[in-house]
Formats: sequence, C-alpha cells, structure tokens
Amino acid sequence: MRNASFDFKRQVTVKLADERLQQALSRLQSRFVEGRSAVISEIHDLQETRDAAAQIRDRVLNNLGHWLLEFEERATSRGAVVHWAETVEDANRIVAEIAALHNVKTAAKSKSMVSEECGLNEALEKAGVEVVETDLGEYILQKAHEAPSHIVAPVVHKNKEEISDLFEKVHGLPRKTGIAELCREAREVLRPAFLNADMGISGANFLIAETGSALIVTNEGNGRLVTTLPRVHVAITGIEKVVPTLEDLSTLLRLLPRSATGQSITNYVSLLTGKRGEGDPEGPEHFHIVLLDNGRSSLLGTPMQEMLRCIRCGACMNHCPVYQNIGGHAYGWVYPGPMGSILTPLLDGIEKAPDLPNASTLCGACAVVCPVKIPLPDLLRKLREKQLTLGIRPQRETALLKAWSWLALHPRAYALATKIAVRAMNLMGGSKGLLHRLPGASGWTDGRDFPAPEGKTFRELYKERS
Amino acid sequence: MRIGLFVTCLVDSMRPKIGFATLRLLKAAGCVVFVPESQTCCGQPGYNSGDSKTAKELALKFLSEFESFDYIVIPSGSCAGMIRVHYPALFEDEPELLDRFLNIAERTFELTDFLHRIVRLEKMPGTFRGRLTYHDSCSGLRELDVYKQPRALLARMPGVVLKEMVESTTCCGFGGTFSVKYGELSTRMSDNKCRHITETHAGAIAGGDLGCLLNIEGRLRRNGDHDTRVLHIAEILAGEED
Repeated sequence: MRNASFDFKRQVTVKLADERLQQALSRLQSRFVEGRSAVISEIHDLQETRDAAAQIRDRVLNNLGHWLLEFEERATSRGAVVHWAETVEDANRIVAEIAALHNVKTAAKSKSMVSEECGLNEALEKAGVEVVETDLGEYILQKAHEAPSHIVAPVVHKNKEEISDLFEKVHGLPRKTGIAELCREAREVLRPAFLNADMGISGANFLIAETGSALIVTNEGNGRLVTTLPRVHVAITGIEKVVPTLEDLSTLLRLLPRSATGQSITNYVSLLTGKRGEGDPEGPEHFHIVLLDNGRSSLLGTPMQEMLRCIRCGACMNHCPVYQNIGGHAYGWVYPGPMGSILTPLLDGIEKAPDLPNASTLCGACAVVCPVKIPLPDLLRKLREKQLTLGIRPQRETALLKAWSWLALHPRAYALATKIAVRAMNLMGGSKGLLHRLPGASGWTDGRDFPAPEGKTFRELYKERS
Repeated sequence: MRIGLFVTCLVDSMRPKIGFATLRLLKAAGCVVFVPESQTCCGQPGYNSGDSKTAKELALKFLSEFESFDYIVIPSGSCAGMIRVHYPALFEDEPELLDRFLNIAERTFELTDFLHRIVRLEKMPGTFRGRLTYHDSCSGLRELDVYKQPRALLARMPGVVLKEMVESTTCCGFGGTFSVKYGELSTRMSDNKCRHITETHAGAIAGGDLGCLLNIEGRLRRNGDHDTRVLHIAEILAGEED
C-alpha cells in the first residue's frame, strides 16, 4: 500500500474539521473502550494472563526460525503448501502464480491487514483476477475505493447514511436505511461471489506450529465460506503470527476478542488444518499459506522486537486519545494508532513517517490495555531517538533541544536565563496574566492562551525568604 | 526526616507559589526540607525528544544533588515518574549506577503519594470551600499509580466537594513539546478535557502536574471561561496564602 504518512500534519487538520468523521469517532468510546472494559474483567487473573501471553509471544520471537520451520513441516504434512515472501512484491507474485496455476478467474476474500500491506487486490486485478471483499466493512470500502481506517473495524469512520448512499449507488436498488436491511442487501449481493469464487483468500490471526493450522477469528461467517467453499484457499499472514501449541493459542484467545471487540469470544473461531482430505465433506482442494516478512525479521534481536508480539487487537488505537480524535486514515498507511506509529516507520521506512512517533503525548493508555504488554510509549520514544541519531528532525527543533540541554546542565546560566524569561513573559501577560501570542510557540497559542509566569522563579523567592 | 524538594522546572519558572504550598505541606507533616539551589530540570523534555544522552547527564546531576536525602518529594507525577521509572531504564547496562538509581527511585515520591502513603498527613494546613473536579495526569496515574492519593487527601478537607468529571484519566493533550509541535491536535484534546470539566459545574479544576494545568487553563481562558479556577493540588491542600 502507498504510504502517505508524510502528510500526517495536514491530514490532522482535515480530519479534525470533518464533522461526519468526528461524529463517527465519538462512538469509539462506548463501543470499544467500554466494551472491552465490560468483558476484560471476566479474566480474573488478567495481569498473569497478559504476562503469560507476552511470554508466549517472546518465546516464539526469540526462536522464530525454529517455530516457522516446525509450522511448515506440520502444515505440509497435512497437504498445505507454505510459501515464503520476503517482500510485498514477492507475496503478490506468489498469490498471482497460485491463481494462474489453478486457473483462477475470481477470488472471494475475507479480511486481512497483511493483504492491505501488500496491496494484494490491486496486484491480482492486474493479473486478471477479480477480487471481491466479503467482510462487510471491507466490502463497503472496496465499493467506496477507500482504505480501512481501523484494523478490526475497517469502516468505523463511516456512518450509516453514507453506507445507505453508497449501496443505493453501487447496487442500483431502492435505498435502505436500517442496519438489518443494509446487511441483508449486502448478503444477497455477496452470495454469488462466494459460490462462484475459484479461490478464497483469508488472513490468519495465528499459525499453530504443533498442528500446522491457521486460525481465523471472525464475526460474520464470511471467513468460513471463503476458506471452505472455493477450490483453492490462500491464507496470507505475517511470519510473526506463529505460536507453538494449541494450549498457547487458548491463552491468546482469552485476550484477543475481549481486547479487540469487547467480546468474550467471536462468533466464529476457525482452525484450518490442511486441505480437504479423502472423505472430508468440505474444504479446499488446495491450501496455500503465504508468509510475509516485509521487514519483520530485521526487528528480531533489536530493541524493537517487542513490537512483533502484536496480535492486532486494536485496543491501543481504541484507547489512544490521538486516534480517537483523528481516526485511522490520517496515519497514512496500513496500521494506524500507536501500533501503527511504530510499525509504519519500522516496516516501511523511518524517513517516510517522521511525524508518527512524535504525534503522541506518551500518555500510556495504550500500554495499559495491550494484551501482550508491548511497551508502546517506550518504543515510540526509541524511534524518536533513532530519528535524532539519523538527523531527520527539523533543524530548528534540534537547535532548541541543544540550547535547552546546555542550559539545563549549567545551573547558573539556567538561573539567569529563567530569571529574564519569566520577567519578560510576566510583562507580556499584562493585567489578565495571559499571553495570547508567544513567538515560536504558535502551536500552543493558536488554540490556547499561555498563562503568564508569576515574575520571579521559585529559587529566587526561596533565597529571598530564607 | 530530611526531604529534598525537587520543585520542577515548570513550577520554578511559572508558578513558584506551588513550590511554597508544597513546602507548607511538607512542614505540616513534620519534615525538614532542603532545596538544592543548582536543580534545573529532570531531563524529560530531552528524553521524550529522543535525546537520551542529555537525559542521562541530567539524571547524574539529579543523583549528585539529591542522593543524600531520606526522601525526595516532587509536586509532579510526570517528573517523579521520570526519576522512578525512566532513570533506572537509562542506566540498565551500568550495574553500579543502576543500583544507585534504583535506590534513589525508591525514595522519590510524587507529592500526594508521599503525603498520603509515607507521612500519612491527616490534617491539611489549607482550607478550601466549594466544588472541585480533579484531572488525573498520565504519568502519575500510569507510571506511579497515583489515583486514590489526591482523593484521599481531599476527602480530609471538610469544605471540598469533589465532583468527578467523565474520563478524568484521559490525557489533556499537553504531552510536553507535543503541545507545540502538534498544536491543533493538542488543542482538540484539551478542548475535550475542558468540556468535561465544564460539565461538572465545579468552580475549580485541580491536578498534580503544572504542565497539564497550564494547558487546561490556556484553553479554558481562550474559550472565554475566566471563572473556573485552575489550581495545583498543593495549592488546595496547603491553602493559597504564602
């Protein structure tokens, strides 16, 4: 997917002024924050479970090659074919080759963020394969020619009226306004897509090494149709998604739906193992699993490895006060919110997303809810450090930082500088004690007054009084 | 008990009266308080801007200034969090210094945490009459678990009626340099906070971190609210006279 993260600041302005988006985002709090809060308490040993989940993920990541090979061996023994894609281009080529091999004309797809990362739909269309998104949200976005704005609820930025308008336009049917009617209409339009598809494409929430299975959690049932009806099933996911055992999986599954959608369990939990065996009533004749690296392996053994624990629940963005105010599109690439502000520079290039690691107050709300205890604020801070080392921060900012550092390390100069500054600002504040403008800090004063200082520093006054 | 007061760079320059309120509180608790004159900043602005090198130098400076006290008290959860959580992280690979930083971290407290849990101050020197709402600043809340402490202290003041705002634990949008670098976003976040404050119909908003309070006050005033008082928790607990 094309990266537009560089445009973050401009997008913030646009998104803050978009009333329809703001209205849609205002529902995040009740739907996701309160939703999670209501069910996460069902886990009585929550902190221990989060610790266990983090340990499971670390155990895999510390020896990722081993677990991937084990997964490949088991999956292969059940008749699946495992493909390794180092880059998104490799992944797209591999899936297009699979399509050509099996003479695929149409593909039905369930939700997959890795496929968004690859821009897979576009690549397949170019190769002459028609792709139909069957997750309701993704279907809406495909028709609207938009990207997902959330990794779990891709269409969270749209309201019902927009979807009514869109369906009326693309389906050519009388306008529906109720949610149930809209869903029924989509279901009717999509049914032939499932039945006619030569190939089903899905993601995988987890890969289980001991059984060679791919697991998907869904709510709409389209995932089951896509992975069982068509002759060919392609599951595409990141190499980091492997877990050793079904037992490990059960720990992670206690956390994933609760953290993601505030559900104790999703409507469907599908464990897909191998292709259709002899005598099996259902299942694909061919099962291909495409595992994407795209920079993930370069994080192994580095301070950023913890990011690979991520199980894509979206709790970090749901609880992020920045995401809550601007939505996912402003971030400019596949993954938004705190996890996206870390993954985007790491996977797609630190120079492409200079704002993302900085556009956070480091409030820590994300780290508190992360089911696998990724220290998201620490990782954002490490990226800031890296930006500074690479010299990709604005010159004015680094100059100010240097001046501040020098002063803070030289107490006498610091005392003098603060003494002068607080007097000057006190005068500027006038009788109301408010500065309406502050040179060099318009970012503050465009939207806020700056309360003036009292006029003397504490240390001056303390000395005078003692 | 010998206490070192780290007044913080913001209180030092912007609101010395918060520093004096802190002194009154510590004295009321029977502490002997020292204010090392060479103190400047804990290093967090640099640290959060990616400058770990300066942050480490300032951490060492802090260590030399404050190591000898029994306790170090700070009227800010943000700066206290820097010292308790991030200083040790900065010296992870230097065992001898790490020991010293872990040791000083254990003796460093955010003001309300210290007053409530360590010295257990029962009678507040100040008086305050009226409705008040409280904003939980992020670092104090999430790094130091400061939530009950200010409320417990306020509950010991007969005139205070605490009216909780919705989302009191949501960030106000300050975030240090974030407030200038991403002004528009920061302003929207403070606007949300101000709305929640106004909805309580409290006459005053209090908090434990001056950065957040300046941000909140700045937005309230720009929105034309010149009545809601914006006060540091120390000013409430100690009373405002100095």
